[in-house]
Amino acid sequence: MEQVSYLFLIPMLPLVGAAWNGLFGARLHKRLGETAIHWPAIILPWVSFLLSLWAFISLARLDESAALYQKLWSWLPLGIVNADVAFRFDRLSAVMAMVVTFVGSLIHIYSTGYMKDDPSYWRFFSYLNLFMFAMLTLVLADNFLLMFVGWEGVGLCSYLLISFWYKERANAAAGMKAFIVNRVGDLGFGLGMYLLFWGVLKAAGDSSLNFHTLETIISRPGMADAIINTHYLGISLPTLAAVLLFVGATAKSAQIPLYVWLPDAMAGPTPVSALIHAATMVTAGVYMVARLHFLFALTPAAMTIVALVGGLTALFAATMGLFQYDIKKVLAYSTVSQLGYMFMAVGVGAWWVGIFHLMIHAFFKACLFLDSGSVILACHHEQDMRKMGGLGKQMPITGATYLVSSLAISGIPFFAGFFSKDEILWKAFDSGNTLLPGGGFIIWFLGAVAALFTAFYMFRSYYMTFSGEYRGHADKTGAELEEHNGHHGLPCEQPKNITVVLIILAFLAAFGGFVGLPHLWHMPNLFEHWLEPVFISTRHRLFSAGHGPALEWALMSLSVVIAITGWATARWLYKDAKNPIPARLLTEGSPLVKAIHRIVFNKYYVDEAYEATFIKGALKTSKVLSLFDNRIIDGIVNLAGAVGRLFGYINGAIDKYFVDGIVNLVASVILKGGSDFSHAQTGRINTYILGLLGGSMVFLVLVYLIS
Amino acid sequence: MTITISHLLVVSIVLLASGLYCVITRKNAVALLMGIELILNAANLNLVAFSRFVTGDIDGQVFALFGILLAAAETVVALAIVLQVFRAFDTVDVDRTDKLRG
Repeated sequence: MEQVSYLFLIPMLPLVGAAWNGLFGARLHKRLGETAIHWPAIILPWVSFLLSLWAFISLARLDESAALYQKLWSWLPLGIVNADVAFRFDRLSAVMAMVVTFVGSLIHIYSTGYMKDDPSYWRFFSYLNLFMFAMLTLVLADNFLLMFVGWEGVGLCSYLLISFWYKERANAAAGMKAFIVNRVGDLGFGLGMYLLFWGVLKAAGDSSLNFHTLETIISRPGMADAIINTHYLGISLPTLAAVLLFVGATAKSAQIPLYVWLPDAMAGPTPVSALIHAATMVTAGVYMVARLHFLFALTPAAMTIVALVGGLTALFAATMGLFQYDIKKVLAYSTVSQLGYMFMAVGVGAWWVGIFHLMIHAFFKACLFLDSGSVILACHHEQDMRKMGGLGKQMPITGATYLVSSLAISGIPFFAGFFSKDEILWKAFDSGNTLLPGGGFIIWFLGAVAALFTAFYMFRSYYMTFSGEYRGHADKTGAELEEHNGHHGLPCEQPKNITVVLIILAFLAAFGGFVGLPHLWHMPNLFEHWLEPVFISTRHRLFSAGHGPALEWALMSLSVVIAITGWATARWLYKDAKNPIPARLLTEGSPLVKAIHRIVFNKYYVDEAYEATFIKGALKTSKVLSLFDNRIIDGIVNLAGAVGRLFGYINGAIDKYFVDGIVNLVASVILKGGSDFSHAQTGRINTYILGLLGGSMVFLVLVYLIS
Repeated sequence: MTITISHLLVVSIVLLASGLYCVITRKNAVALLMGIELILNAANLNLVAFSRFVTGDIDGQVFALFGILLAAAETVVALAIVLQVFRAFDTVDVDRTDKLRG
């Protein structure tokens, strides 16, 4: 491990920015305007990015298994529980830190356009910087506890930013929902962390909260078996711990069953949706699983659960995105679905593929969200795609970047998403680790169907938004439009600070995949090679099903066909809004079609089901408890209170009439005596001297008489 | 006629009595100081007398010298105070300088 002294600056600089705007932002905003707010808020994350880049270059020069390390101070030195505030920059953290700082910094720039003229401009940038700090702490932490600090920190920032426009009740409610759902996951994370620590301590005689040390302990000869053979509640220790930790990941990364908060989180400003709820924070769960690969690899059962949940989520969320009309909702379900793909990858042990897709997804999904933000701005905060249309002509850059990103996410060949998604599907199919019947086939099948839907809903949203004629006129008069949209009466392209960001991200969405070319093509896979040393210790536990290259070629072609089918269907149905079939199906279709549409459109009534079971249940329980509280607990408390009052009354009477009586008597005697004697004190020297003389006379006479 | 200790003590008593009378009856601060001066001198005279006629050494006389010196110093300070009193109250009557009286 290479000691360096600048690592802490990577998370710390955004914290400085957050403090600066949090403390002085309101006044700076009033006196100096928006520039004083966003310059520090943008420059500090960029410096973080440059530092990450510097660290990345230094790391690349060292040998493969090396890592940069910086310990700031000992945090909890409690015997064997030894957590430091220390940062570790290995090859995995490097990728994450680069993605977070790069995409994050770009989105800061974009936000100067999107949040323009917002009265809480300073608050927005302060939160955004704080988020960068928390996220970087999460990815750079060298132990569980510090990671948990970042984990909670990003949750807090997510909550703050979802309810950023808190004056609307729905936004505040969405923030709370995200926070509460994440609490459920945090419980899992916490329990998993403790269980892993104590379980390993019991089984192996040594344990650590430090990831690297823990990995070393588990890699010792014989230790892995000792740990696997330790059982709690009849379940193998690593399985239980991994599943608990995965519960944490399902909440943070919006997987079944805890994905419900993410679609609602779109209530926040669009840059927030792009940064936190698409590109970075929600991928924390994937990162955590990859970081703990040495734990998950021990337990095929937990890995199967991860892969299956990922596959189900990918498919389930993709279907929910099919018929949404809110452009951000489509992207939200798409994010949930894509996160499912990442979990599929890490679930079958293809750690680097999960991280690869995470990175590519950060590019194209951030780009898509920022495009949708650009559209929403142009349409005056209209998010319904039925009221858009034809924007490709007015907003060529937004339209083109959206198209590129859609091609990438759908997996059209040579765009970035193709490489990562196809690799995931292949690894799933070829996995020899899943415990499901038919090997990885089920996982692959879920992913492949989800890919069809993905291509469909992405191009549906593209054609509804950017092709045909603008439909926003319907409910507005000409004069209103003139006023809103300038002399053309149509939405127009955004300024440069928005479009430049879109172009950069679209460029990466188009070409970013070339760092991870498939083996099949006999080209160097830079990304896998880069991450290989991080995951080397679990390599011997992962097996391939041994399918040949012919099958891989076939599957690759199949996924291309799938993607193009989805695209073509969407084009046929939605291009230029000319095809009458979608509308006719909804009005005249058979009851079955209508019923399916209604169920899917209402997201399978999952929110309603949660409402009816968990929320109502919680409310009922709390009512019963409150009744118990009111009647019995309060009764006891009141009784105790009454007895206490009685004693107090008696005590008070004694005090008042007896003790106080004595005290008052003494006081009044002294007061009376004092006021009487005060007459003797005249203040005249003559009187005193006369008294002195008289006294000495008497004294002399007495002495004379006695002697 | 030889002067014995009795003569000196009588003079001393007269001085003391006049001093006391002066201090008790007069209201003028300067007069009070004069009275105190008389009392001090009565004491000094006693010291000298006893030193001369009773002990025979010069301890008492040295002490008397210190007494005179201290009296002079005390008078300086006291007169300065009286002067300030006069500036503040436009009078040196000790009965009328009673602002701090409770």
